[in-house]
Amino acid sequence: MTIERNARLREVQSWGDHFHFAVDAPAVGREARPGQFVMVKVADGPDPLLRRPLGVHDAGQSGIELFFKVAGRGTELLSRRKPGDRLDLIGPLGKGFTINDRMKGKRAHLVGGGRGIAPLYFLARELAAAGTRPTVFYGGRTAADIPLRDKFEKAGFEILCSTDDGSFGFAGFVTDLAGRELDKTKPDIIYACGPDPMMKALAALAARRHVPVELSLESIMGCGLGACWGCVHRIKSEDGDGWVKICEEGPVFPGERVLWPE
Amino acid sequence: MAGMSKKADLAVDLGFLKLRNPVLAASGTFGYGLEFEPYLDLEKLGGFVVKGLYYKPREGNPPPRLVETASGLINAIGLQGVGVEAFAKKVLPKLRGFKTAVIVNVCGADDDEYAAVIEYLDGQEGIAAYELNISCPNIKKDGLCPALSPKTTFDLVKRLKATSRRPLITKLSPNVTSVVEIARAAEEAGTDAVALVNTFLAMAIDLETRRPKLGNVFGGLSGPAIKPIALRMVHQAASRLRVPVIGMGGIMTGADALEFMVAGAAAVEVGTANFVDPDAAVRIVGEIERWCEAHGVAAVREVVGTVKTP
Repeated sequence: MTIERNARLREVQSWGDHFHFAVDAPAVGREARPGQFVMVKVADGPDPLLRRPLGVHDAGQSGIELFFKVAGRGTELLSRRKPGDRLDLIGPLGKGFTINDRMKGKRAHLVGGGRGIAPLYFLARELAAAGTRPTVFYGGRTAADIPLRDKFEKAGFEILCSTDDGSFGFAGFVTDLAGRELDKTKPDIIYACGPDPMMKALAALAARRHVPVELSLESIMGCGLGACWGCVHRIKSEDGDGWVKICEEGPVFPGERVLWPE
Repeated sequence: MAGMSKKADLAVDLGFLKLRNPVLAASGTFGYGLEFEPYLDLEKLGGFVVKGLYYKPREGNPPPRLVETASGLINAIGLQGVGVEAFAKKVLPKLRGFKTAVIVNVCGADDDEYAAVIEYLDGQEGIAAYELNISCPNIKKDGLCPALSPKTTFDLVKRLKATSRRPLITKLSPNVTSVVEIARAAEEAGTDAVALVNTFLAMAIDLETRRPKLGNVFGGLSGPAIKPIALRMVHQAASRLRVPVIGMGGIMTGADALEFMVAGAAAVEVGTANFVDPDAAVRIVGEIERWCEAHGVAAVREVVGTVKTP
């Protein structure tokens, strides 16, 4: 974990209210694993006060990439940054997705909803490098909400898209698309990131088909460091059910451990 | 080197506890201290106050537990924590190695639980003092807690002071008509110091859904938004008490900390700033030192209570 106060924003790409940042932050980039996140300062002064958690979209020797959607004042301020600006970020934080040697030759389905696609690019790359074959499912409300589809295609990943309004790809939720594909090919594992209702639906789907699933959960975070206890989710463990910090024990949890309010 | 000012003396003496410098990390914002080891040298702090401990592990409130507001943060964590036994077995042994003041924030659902926590911790080594959390707004309906009345404050502090083998710092609520009245009750009951302020009882609403933004409906507001009110309360308390006052509320910089000291605080706690910058407390120590040197202040304790009110 590093506090990188002076990370240079190298490159900015945007599609409407979606933004892609390439950031020079070698210490963070070298350490980051898929599924981990960084806490990014959005203002110089006290308002908005808190850093924003952003999943690491890709990482390497020179730094990290971030992908986010403007969702409020914090991300709106962040989106105004220009190449050459400095970013103040802390990371990598949290525990990422499971990738190991035993997955060589196996198949993985990666399911991303909206901005939840962010960590799945890094994951797809690392899975491919580990000899696992990833298929990416990418859904949004409209075609404008799935701007990264070309990036996955260009990198040679198999990708299936869905939009709620039918403006691109499968018409419906990405969980329905993922469910349909499960009938054709059963993967060895599913990885997913997106809003809570999607995570809940996907966990249920994976459980019915007896496929292990890892969910990356979203939450408001006060610190991202395990200190404020603000970002909890109900998680099953050997000691019983309890409120577990997403920033510290997550953000990735095995689907069967994640409990959902009725 | 010629022209270079002498290093400022940052040590402060609370009477019952000598601190390397006046900066403590505040309870509830600094975990159990160890969480911050990757980001700062714990031995460069005056000390830190660990997250509030009940006797038993405590589950805390359902989410959402946090909402950001203008220059501030409302939290309704509900004092989730590991309980006193797990703290003593798993955390305290690791904290004993640090040369810094470890203060334990003590909680209770009733007076008996406060007494039980202190009795248990009195049997453990490596604690400099207890901070009595009689003022968390998130654990009872409508933010009720002992710190809301002089009588309940007096009774609780008196009882705990009679048995505790360590100094007591009573942490006060700002959600009262007269913080001075409560502070004096704590002083009369024998507290060794008071700390103020805890968070301000607050609320945020989602206009579209018309629902409260916090699972607990109410929460405690902290951060720069509360600093001017906290400063006023610390000044009021410090001008009327004999025991030292530890000041806090929205301290983000060395200048903020020094304002609290000028207002009368013998030491300060840094809270919400730790979330934004995990090394904030150590940065603030450095900023205090540089300010003293730039202003020819040989020892930071000299500024305490020097506000020039008319």
